[in-house]
Amino acid sequence: MSQQMTGAQALVTALESAGVDTVFGIPGGAILPAYDPLFDSRQIRHVLVRHEQGAGHAASGYAYATGRVGVCMATSGPGATNLVTPIADAYMDSVPIVAITGQVPSRAIGTDAFQEADIRGITMPITKHNYLVTDPAEIGPAVAEAFHVASTGRPGPVLVDVSKDALQATTTFSWPDVRTMPGYRPTTRPHGRQVQQAARLIVEARRPVLYIGGGVLRAGASRELLELAEMTGIPLVTTLMARGAFPDSHRLHLGMPGMHGTVAAVTALQKADLLIALGARFDDRVTGKLDSFAPHATVIHADIDPAEISKNRHADLPIVGDAREVIVELIDALRGEHAAGRTGDYDAWWGEVYGWRQRFPLGYTEHDDGTLAPQYVIERLGQIVGPDALYVAGVGQHQMWAAQFISYEKPGTWLNSGGLGTMGYAVPAAMGAKVGRPDATVWAIDGDGCFQMTNQELATCAIEGIPIKVAIINNSSLGMVRQWQTLFYEERYSNTDLHTGSDTLRLPDFVRLAEAYGCVGMRCESPADVDATIEKAMAVDDRPVVVDFQVHRDAMVWPMVAAGTSNDDIKIARGLAPEWDREEGL
Amino acid sequence: MADRSFERVTGGSERTLHTLSVLVENKPGVLARVAGLFARRGFNIHSLAVGPTEHPEVSRMSVVVAVEGLPLEQVTKQLNKLINVIKILELDPGHSVQRELLLVKVKADPTTRSHVLETAALFRATVVDVATDAVTIEATGSADKLQALLRVLEPYGIRELAQSGMVALGRGARSMTDRTLRAADRSA
Repeated sequence: MSQQMTGAQALVTALESAGVDTVFGIPGGAILPAYDPLFDSRQIRHVLVRHEQGAGHAASGYAYATGRVGVCMATSGPGATNLVTPIADAYMDSVPIVAITGQVPSRAIGTDAFQEADIRGITMPITKHNYLVTDPAEIGPAVAEAFHVASTGRPGPVLVDVSKDALQATTTFSWPDVRTMPGYRPTTRPHGRQVQQAARLIVEARRPVLYIGGGVLRAGASRELLELAEMTGIPLVTTLMARGAFPDSHRLHLGMPGMHGTVAAVTALQKADLLIALGARFDDRVTGKLDSFAPHATVIHADIDPAEISKNRHADLPIVGDAREVIVELIDALRGEHAAGRTGDYDAWWGEVYGWRQRFPLGYTEHDDGTLAPQYVIERLGQIVGPDALYVAGVGQHQMWAAQFISYEKPGTWLNSGGLGTMGYAVPAAMGAKVGRPDATVWAIDGDGCFQMTNQELATCAIEGIPIKVAIINNSSLGMVRQWQTLFYEERYSNTDLHTGSDTLRLPDFVRLAEAYGCVGMRCESPADVDATIEKAMAVDDRPVVVDFQVHRDAMVWPMVAAGTSNDDIKIARGLAPEWDREEGL
Repeated sequence: MADRSFERVTGGSERTLHTLSVLVENKPGVLARVAGLFARRGFNIHSLAVGPTEHPEVSRMSVVVAVEGLPLEQVTKQLNKLINVIKILELDPGHSVQRELLLVKVKADPTTRSHVLETAALFRATVVDVATDAVTIEATGSADKLQALLRVLEPYGIRELAQSGMVALGRGARSMTDRTLRAADRSA
């Protein structure tokens, strides 16, 4: 395929060739030539956002919801630097997005020209790869490579920075086969002998745990995981990034591990003799103090990114490969073991694990002053809205409660900013998810702090017909920081009061703010109104809905493993460790 | 960059040095990617030399890495993740030729000049510039040899010196570039 066109047309043609149907972005000087042919594209819908950060998170939300590459676009300088946060976010959470930025004309690069920023240099450490294109003939190849790199191997963000003169010049469009990049050949097929050894370790183990990370979702391996878990009967934990990879209602599921994980999940990892880590990366929020994490466990670590293996915790048995292919081959190998009469005996282990789960379920306390418990709001939301909806959280207490108290039954129904912990993620990511899956109900579960970082995208949602729903879990403060101040800073609440609660200035008034943005605004302040409010919000389908849930400000996220401490020191409430039977003391 | 004082040969950190031969695509920004990766992952570059290879599309970086407290494997795995990095080999000193280039300007007045020249000759170094009270000596060799030369010259007074990073090739007939590029073509 080759024909003469401008670089700008080549860029739009390239995006079309990559199968793009949606671009989130904002035009500006350097990218302006691209917006002219984009205006004519019948294939690509451009969603005009209100801040480039919104475009980036929307691209991530779109990618989560569809499994396809999300695309955002911005101009040079500040437009590009506003994409830095969502790009870093996508990098940490391995989300496939492509960011297209305009750059000043090539002759001006390096002169500190108006709206010039070295976005390629800036994003080198936070992209899987990036490009600066100054030759219009390279636009097609760069975009083709960008989509290939973003979506294969361990997914991630790729940035393509195109100089304005390259967009304006005439060129011959080309769309090369990019499967032959000399320095990029991700290993997806696991090594057979490694898988055989893993199967052997699994049947020989007495206290195994499947430690499931986001890689299982990226690989689309939920069905295979279910088969693996059921054929072996091994208890399983899903990390914050893997919620939904395995049904929460399943008897083998112990919940989320880590800093705010369930006692059963955290303890099972601590006491395991074998960890089967699939697409997980031993993040510090999961391991707690690393050298006391899972001290008795042999580690099988399967990941598509070889650099993750033995990065934090030494892997006794490394397996490089795509999570789905690893699981499929592991199932085969285990069938072989089972056929040879070697099956694992985990009955005693299961009894212990089951005991912890029964004795230390997730819970929360109601507040006797009649105010709303935030956990109750989130729990009811999950129960009323159901497992087919998409839930998109911001970052903080509400995020942890949303991870804990909603039952995720299906892959792709939980979106959040896990690695980077980006406040302000929820509204734009929900917007992108809703564009990607317009028939799904999409709830942003946001905090009053997070919401104020990116709520301008409600205008985008209202104008573009993207009817997301937002539950603000409004505790009138930066709740997670306040929780740490309560626990570790002697209740000195330095700069965490946001004055958005009912007995405050209420600045802003979220209901009136929502209405100003063309959304339906609602408020709920008592437990008795929660169900009716959620049902009322569910009944709106022509506009975005924002519900201001005024919740008790002193609610805390439990269980908790304090930062830098051992998972053995998990607390189920303030100052309260689980009471173990004497013989199982950790 | 690590401190490249004369004492480094005798320092204990020498044991943690590894020489990596890294084939990269000859594209803009590759050096920045590699250097940036080392900086942000907390890996220490001891020396770095970049130059063309017999294939115009491929450059070779010879990186001497000071590895302490983490396995070399993490360094090579992270480097391999860079799209522009094609191939990495660790070169074992016993099975490779490793050379650095040294230019050193030494004080040399009529009373000491002959001693300085004699020293240079002992190390098979050549004098490339002469002034009334100094000579500039060019020497190539292993890091150890160059350090030994510097130690001997030091008493005469070293005015300044410039030293390249190490370049290295594996011994024998095999070619890392040929093998790598052939493998890349086959998989295409």
